[in-house]
Amino acid sequence: MAETVSFFFFAAITIGCALLALLHRNVVNSAFSLLGTLLGLAGFYVMLGADFLAMTQVLIYAGGILVLIIFGLMLTQPDTNERRMGRILAAVAVVGTGALAFWEKIGVATWNAVEVAELGEPGGTVREIGLEFLRRDSWLLPFEFASIVLLAGLVGSVYIARRRFREEEL
Amino acid sequence: MSAALPPAAAAPQGNGLTELLGGLLPDGLPFWALALTGAVVSFAIIFAFIAVLAMFATWLERKVAGHIQVRYGPMRTGAWHGWAQALADGVKLLIKEDLVLTSADKPLFKLAPMVVLSTALAAFVALPFGPNAIVADLDLGIYFIIAISSITTFGVIMAGWGSNNKWSLYGAMREAAQVASYEIPLGLSLMMPVMYFGSLSLNHAGAMQSGWYGMHWYVFSDAFWIAIPSFALFFTAALAETKRAPFDLPESESELVAGFHTEYSGIRFAFFFMEEYAAMYLMSAVGTALWFGAWNFPGLSLLEGTVLHAPLAVAAFVTKSLLLVFVMMWVRWTVPRIRIDQVMALGYKYLTPLCLLMILLAASWEWVKAIAFGA
Repeated sequence: MAETVSFFFFAAITIGCALLALLHRNVVNSAFSLLGTLLGLAGFYVMLGADFLAMTQVLIYAGGILVLIIFGLMLTQPDTNERRMGRILAAVAVVGTGALAFWEKIGVATWNAVEVAELGEPGGTVREIGLEFLRRDSWLLPFEFASIVLLAGLVGSVYIARRRFREEEL
Repeated sequence: MSAALPPAAAAPQGNGLTELLGGLLPDGLPFWALALTGAVVSFAIIFAFIAVLAMFATWLERKVAGHIQVRYGPMRTGAWHGWAQALADGVKLLIKEDLVLTSADKPLFKLAPMVVLSTALAAFVALPFGPNAIVADLDLGIYFIIAISSITTFGVIMAGWGSNNKWSLYGAMREAAQVASYEIPLGLSLMMPVMYFGSLSLNHAGAMQSGWYGMHWYVFSDAFWIAIPSFALFFTAALAETKRAPFDLPESESELVAGFHTEYSGIRFAFFFMEEYAAMYLMSAVGTALWFGAWNFPGLSLLEGTVLHAPLAVAAFVTKSLLLVFVMMWVRWTVPRIRIDQVMALGYKYLTPLCLLMILLAASWEWVKAIAFGA
């Protein structure tokens, strides 16, 4: 009962805000309404017992990436009266591809919120994550390696994109 | 006295307010009714606490500002040192006309104060006021507080953009740049106590500092030489995160009128104000819980089991947090505002590398202790 109500509550927030982001003509307001989508997804993670993932979703996506998106939009004269057709077509293409790729999974899914919610165990996951990190022959080294590759990519892109000053301009 | 990494299973589990209420409510209630009652009651408690806190803090701020500038501050409202000034201001803000600009983006303009205040309220859920006097004892307490407070920025940007005003937008942009940058040193500076306590739960951190008759605080522990600099880093980052002077560039009234809340009046303006004091208290309380022994004070353990134990513990926690709030006010009226490029340089060039160095030192110390004491 409680799980069903929360499932439909989060589903309504997630899908409603996603539709608003898709259909709003002002691109800044679209970005703002993405907040609801990201928080709704965090709610689903909590329901599935993945509390660490949910908090990371809030911190990284809602508090970090979305702020950066809006920051970028505000710095670049946003189009406040965009036409919707292109976005709707793009959304249909993305959803269609996803549906084709996961068709079997969608067919198997029971669409029963209670059963989905019971998959996860309530309670903390952070302890398991921490132990998994420090275990011998764990995924720590590949994980750290991936993050160093990402960092190198970031530094490289900043180096390429930076504004070059000549001596006399300074 | 080495603080070995404690098993998280020893951390108190399920001691939240909902469980407490479960004992008071009649048996046989469905789970959702229990959860709903718990949510409503905890919301009421937190909201009342923040409202009273904001009123007290505005009065205190004006008195502190007054005395630092060799004047008295408010003296006339109420009989004793203008104690009713904040009450009168609150009534004034409630009955003021609620102005919404015709050129504003109305949904964003109206939603922004709610987003800002509700995130501040939500962060209080994971704050322990005393042993087990916590709404929800999350395993992820500190992480939850940092994550939820990061959404406050979002509300501020909403306010700045929705006001359709250049000053507001500048304030919002500064806020976005400043807070997104200072989240890094803030999060990193919290790692030193987290490593020492071996847990992200604030309740657990408080329980671990109860040794030595209530004086085994992190700043007095064997890792004090890590604790003191890391607290300085945390406090600086917390000042920037709560937009307090010398980092009050999003508001800076001498350049931007009032920054992101220029266009707000009445109760919506009051919401922004309540958020500011709630955020100050929140950061001070996190600092108290991790560095200054949470609710522990000398002699508290002697009262274990008596009626006085819980109220005195809560009083100690609130007093210590309010002392840190007072220090924040003291800093505001002492240090002049710094420039935006200095803010960015301080965050990225000094605080973040220093935090990383402190993390290295703290981790090495835990390692040395583990070898020397076999803990």
